[in-house]
Amino acid sequence: MASTGTTDANDNPYEGLYGGDATHWAFGTAFADPLAGVVGPTGREVAVPDGVDARDLATYAVMLADDALVMSQRIAEWCSNAPDLEEDVALSNVALDLLGQARLLYTRAAAVDPDGVPPLPEGSPAPPEDAFAFFRDAAGFRNVHLAEVENGDFADAVVRILVFATWRLALTERLSESTDPILAAVAAKAVKELTYHRDYAGRWVVTLAGGTEESRRRVLAAWDRLWPLWPELGASHPVEERLARAGAGVDPAVVVASVDDVLRQVRDAAGMEEPEHRPAARPQGRDGRHTDALVPLLADMQSVARAHPTGRW
Amino acid sequence: MSEAYRAASTVTDPEMPMLTLADLGVLRDVALDGSTVVVTITPTYSGCPAMTAMRDDLVRTLRDEGFADVRVDVTLSPAWSTDWITVRGRRALAEHGLSVPGPAPRHQGPVALTLTPTRRDLRCPRCGSGAVRLTSEFGPTPCTALYRCTACLEPFEHVKEI
Repeated sequence: MASTGTTDANDNPYEGLYGGDATHWAFGTAFADPLAGVVGPTGREVAVPDGVDARDLATYAVMLADDALVMSQRIAEWCSNAPDLEEDVALSNVALDLLGQARLLYTRAAAVDPDGVPPLPEGSPAPPEDAFAFFRDAAGFRNVHLAEVENGDFADAVVRILVFATWRLALTERLSESTDPILAAVAAKAVKELTYHRDYAGRWVVTLAGGTEESRRRVLAAWDRLWPLWPELGASHPVEERLARAGAGVDPAVVVASVDDVLRQVRDAAGMEEPEHRPAARPQGRDGRHTDALVPLLADMQSVARAHPTGRW
Repeated sequence: MSEAYRAASTVTDPEMPMLTLADLGVLRDVALDGSTVVVTITPTYSGCPAMTAMRDDLVRTLRDEGFADVRVDVTLSPAWSTDWITVRGRRALAEHGLSVPGPAPRHQGPVALTLTPTRRDLRCPRCGSGAVRLTSEFGPTPCTALYRCTACLEPFEHVKEI
């Protein structure tokens, strides 16, 4: 990556190799916004659909983006820490898919409501997606708690990915019919990716449950720990309800039964009971109320961008 | 315009350089907007890290061919499918030791949960044996799964169906 400030052949040997042409780096290019050219199926400009409030649409896109970004960051923390190389690669793939979804959704939010993009530090060349990711504090994030809580062990990782991917898959299957062509397109792509994530996590849950006494103990503990976070995912936020009524979004309440059904299938295959404790469904993260885990996660994720506010990446 | 298309269709995928973007099915359109050549591409996966490299390669190649004004658009719909990899693309994959994808899954109604490993009728791209085992559904690039041949013992990548 190109960084801020001047470089010469002494402090960057690669400058000499490539004659100053930075375009061979994936992100070190002259394109300020790698997704600047995202267009709809039929044209360059994609208007806000009739009957949809632009600010609501942007807020909704940010909610879905925040779920994906924060979950992606947590899963990415597994990189180099997974039980074996294959799981390291698998988890990194899952994180990368979610990161890609987040970037597209932030870009959509910025396009439909430019005033809603968080202010950047003076002189920052960062695109809107970076403004959303790096220059908001915890209270500005609208992700669900399941995405942000600390990682725990590998059993926690697969149970969490299972619940998250099952829910997000159910949402995106319906969202692919959104009257907003960009949300519909992002969702249709996400369905394919989340299908792999859900199956991957489900297989591991069954494998751990039928493995050793220790692996079974751990996966049961992971269910007990994470299960209380599931109801929040099915809680309707007023923005989601309005978007759903306008045909552009999905009210998460409508997917609760089908998600419960899939999770039951996994538990049945794993010989596990449903945990007893099921709190009431209430929006938490959607309103900016978070657990203590989000602040350190953001501090880590945002530290470089904030330390170099005028950097180019 | 066909000249611009011909030039764009020579650009190869940064991750799988044996394959052109056209043969991968990522190159969706080359059109003229006034004097600007507009190339439309689509990502294989949402987080595909190669998009910017593809864009740069397209712009550079077209400029080298004399098209001064080039814009690259990204379209998300319809979503990329491995079914779009051409016959020539499939041959190029196989010649370079990658296992080619079968037909992409089609869903009627909700996507069903699959708790058993995906069954694919594959042959080892090196020795041709059908005795292969899935190592992981996720490989070194977003679009591949990892397999191992139990006959010649070599690992290989399979371009997974989406």
